[in-house]
Amino acid sequence: MSRRACISLKSVVWGIALSPLLLLLYRFLTNGLGANPISYATNLLGDTTLRLLLASLALTPLRILLGISWQMSLRRLLGLFAFFYACLHFTVWIAVDHFFEWGELIPDIVKRPYITVGMLALTLLTPLAVTSTSGMAKRLGGRNWRQLHRLVYLIGLLGVLHYLWLVKKGVNDPYLYAAILAVLLGIRLWDWARREGWLGRPAWFRGGYSPARAADDMRGD
Amino acid sequence: MLIRHAPNIAPSEITDYQLYLNRRSFLIGMAALALTPITSTAVAAPPAGTPLPARRSEQFTLEDPLTSIENITTYNNFWEFGPNKDDPARLAHLLKPRPWTVQIDGLVARPRRYDIEELLRLFPMEERVYRLRCVEGWSMVIPWIGYPLASLIKRLEPTSKARFVEFTSLLDSAQFPGQRKSLFSVSSLDWPYVEGLRLDEALHPLTLLTFGLYGQVLPNQDGAPVRIVVPWKYGFKSAKAIVRIRFVSEQLKTTWEKAAPSEYGFYSNVNPTVDHPRWSQATERRIGEFRRRKTLMFNGYAEQVAALYAGMDLRRNF
Ligand code: HEM
Repeated sequence: MSRRACISLKSVVWGIALSPLLLLLYRFLTNGLGANPISYATNLLGDTTLRLLLASLALTPLRILLGISWQMSLRRLLGLFAFFYACLHFTVWIAVDHFFEWGELIPDIVKRPYITVGMLALTLLTPLAVTSTSGMAKRLGGRNWRQLHRLVYLIGLLGVLHYLWLVKKGVNDPYLYAAILAVLLGIRLWDWARREGWLGRPAWFRGGYSPARAADDMRGD
Repeated sequence: MLIRHAPNIAPSEITDYQLYLNRRSFLIGMAALALTPITSTAVAAPPAGTPLPARRSEQFTLEDPLTSIENITTYNNFWEFGPNKDDPARLAHLLKPRPWTVQIDGLVARPRRYDIEELLRLFPMEERVYRLRCVEGWSMVIPWIGYPLASLIKRLEPTSKARFVEFTSLLDSAQFPGQRKSLFSVSSLDWPYVEGLRLDEALHPLTLLTFGLYGQVLPNQDGAPVRIVVPWKYGFKSAKAIVRIRFVSEQLKTTWEKAAPSEYGFYSNVNPTVDHPRWSQATERRIGEFRRRKTLMFNGYAEQVAALYAGMDLRRNF
């Protein structure tokens, strides 16, 4: 991809990723947050975190299925935005919802499974954000870095679990997110099993190879 | 904006409920003359905002500032419309609160079916300001209009075997889209919505059979045309859009109890010392306020209702 195309692609992603925050600011300034503004903000920020997390997990499946790889350059951007929104989500909970009442906050982290897993997800995201720069990737070495960043699969699971555990019966959105996550992880699993040679390769699939994958395959064959 | 009292809407501005009724019976009379077989589906609901006159109760009122009518009518939990807070206001137009009847049966000397208009005129209307505490941890202060459920129950004469009262809400997926099943409804409640009270709770003077709020007939999203309000219990205990009241001898299983027995008990009294398994009930956010406030035992009605539960373990009977 040309430098120009890369910059415009990233600008578009910046715009999309910032829009929930801008919406929140706009509604805040125009008194449009509804009857329960704090709950509205918490939920909007939580939803955005989960969506960005799933978006960052969707890039590799696109490469596996379509053989395209220009989107891979967005991984860091989407991951960092997910971390950014998770921090905002967490900050609203501490500073606005509970106003630094540590006597309420600490027991909640320990006693409420949905808070515990949310906290765990945020904690695990932190080292990934810190090591997201190219410099850090070099310092860690590609192999270590890749292994560390596999934590994002677990973080995705914890994010969905957090949502499943906080809603009341009759709310179906978390199941939708769970299904999407299952598909995204399932494609990776299938690709891995296929590369290990555990699966036959359907003929219709031949078109969808990336050069990197083709090289892998040659070695495998 | 904090409003201390229900606004006095000038009678010239909006049709008075009595006037609306008179005009309607006139229209129905005319229609009856014109078309011989007149079906009850010709009955139109009072338009939203129709005033419902009531005497303000001095005994049942609060100093707390009222929650704005805008918040009361746009931030609702009414799962029949959908699980999002704005679903009820968005879809309220689908509910048709006329014609409407309420079936009274079970262990009662006079089982019968009331037309909503008859039920409305059975006893004088009172306006009462109550706190409402949602199980999710938010609360409101609402000027309801209705009469004590006890007045109706005494007229019905439940038999000596009757110990519980069951309330059933409307079942109709055309009017209540939340009751529709789709491919994507993995998780749903058992419809129709069923709630229940012990007979002495139903007879308690605080328990209000409710037809309006803020000087008007109940907006659809708040449980039109008739609901109960039980202010010392979490909001979901106050059944909305009631079509049946049944007197029974055994404690029944309510909708939320069936959905999650470890989370929602039959009593569901507001109690800051007994947490919901997934969140604390010690504090609440009053809609319109910034800081959380402490939740009060029995939602601040301990003086009136604590005696109902004397000797009971409220941790087990949550
Ligand atoms: C990667 C981390 C996280 C993700 C993906 C995430 C995602 C979400 C989502 C999707 C919601 C529901 C929004 C809705 O109902 O529309 C939510 C709500 C919430 N989250 Fe998180 N969250 C994360 C971390 C945390 C952390 C660290 C905390 C606090 C310690 C937290 C506390 C909450 C609270 C209090 C709610 C609102 C619950 C309610 O409405 O009662 N979350 N989150």
